[in-house]
Amino acid sequence: MDIEKVDQIIDKHNGEPSNLLQIMLDIQSENNWLSKQALARVSEKLSVPLTRIQHIATFYKAFSLVPKGRHKVHICVGTACHVRGATRILDTVEDATGIKPGETDLDLKFSLETVNCLGCCALGPVMEVDGKVHGKMSPVKTAQALKTYE
Amino acid sequence: MGDIQFEIDGQTVTADPGMTVLEAAQKEGIYIPTLCHHEKLEPFGGCRLCVVEVEDRGWTKYVVSCVFPAANDIIVRTRSEKVDRLRKTIIELLMAHAPDAPDLVKLAREYNADPDRYERDASFCIHCGLCVRYCAEVAGKNALGFVDRGINKEISFVPEIAAQVCNDCKECFPLCPTSYLQAAFVYTQALSFPDAVKTGQSAGK
Repeated sequence: MDIEKVDQIIDKHNGEPSNLLQIMLDIQSENNWLSKQALARVSEKLSVPLTRIQHIATFYKAFSLVPKGRHKVHICVGTACHVRGATRILDTVEDATGIKPGETDLDLKFSLETVNCLGCCALGPVMEVDGKVHGKMSPVKTAQALKTYE
Repeated sequence: MGDIQFEIDGQTVTADPGMTVLEAAQKEGIYIPTLCHHEKLEPFGGCRLCVVEVEDRGWTKYVVSCVFPAANDIIVRTRSEKVDRLRKTIIELLMAHAPDAPDLVKLAREYNADPDRYERDASFCIHCGLCVRYCAEVAGKNALGFVDRGINKEISFVPEIAAQVCNDCKECFPLCPTSYLQAAFVYTQALSFPDAVKTGQSAGK
């Protein structure tokens, strides 16, 4: 992410230190992660110490300090999905993408996370990709669904 | 002087508005144990060791004296059976992290705390925040801060800043009650700016 884009986001929030969290969220959604250069720029422009920004960036799970993939895959491993075979879905995704939960693949295509409930237990086992819910998954359907993402 | 009048351990003390109970006690030479308090720094309320019993209009409550504002007509007791028990548990919990910290060992003896009551989780840092706050508030360098949260919370130097300012400052070093800060610094130094070590600029050379 280039510095100009970061500057634009900071300007959008009037360079107010009180808007720090919103600025960080905007950079996160724009870029999928918070690079050191971007955070250093924010620190410089808002006159907020980098240590403070670091504390916030590591405090909230919404922020990532490592690059994330273009597609965020969430596998529900809550009770209902678990008894309906979520572990097999997770295995399928791990096999197809080559990554474990919390990781991102080398060409930044997928980031994999497990979640504890997506709130639609009747559709279990559930996989969510970029906010789109795929319900009643089987290993075969999971592998097919993943193939549709570029 | 002092607009506020109240009682600590049977002794009448005065305080100015805005003063905390701990400050009022220290002014009168009344001892309350602390770990995260430093007179140059803003009150933090991190270690909870300065807990005292406060009786206010007949109600008894347990408050952390380093952040509790002095008020008229309250009765403060710095030692009581329950206060001692609270402090003992706090010391035992901290000792799970830093079993050999001199301050803690001394307090453990005084409060009869068992260092092995809780399973050891030797992270050595007790999150008093003295180094982090001193660097931000007094030194004004912000070379280190907290990262992460909950059980994963730890102190972390910003290597770029630390490489430039820390070797000439190190004012936070004597503040650390457990010596973890020094270890964290040596670690950061070895990883990020080892040249300073080679040329003998680091401490102990």
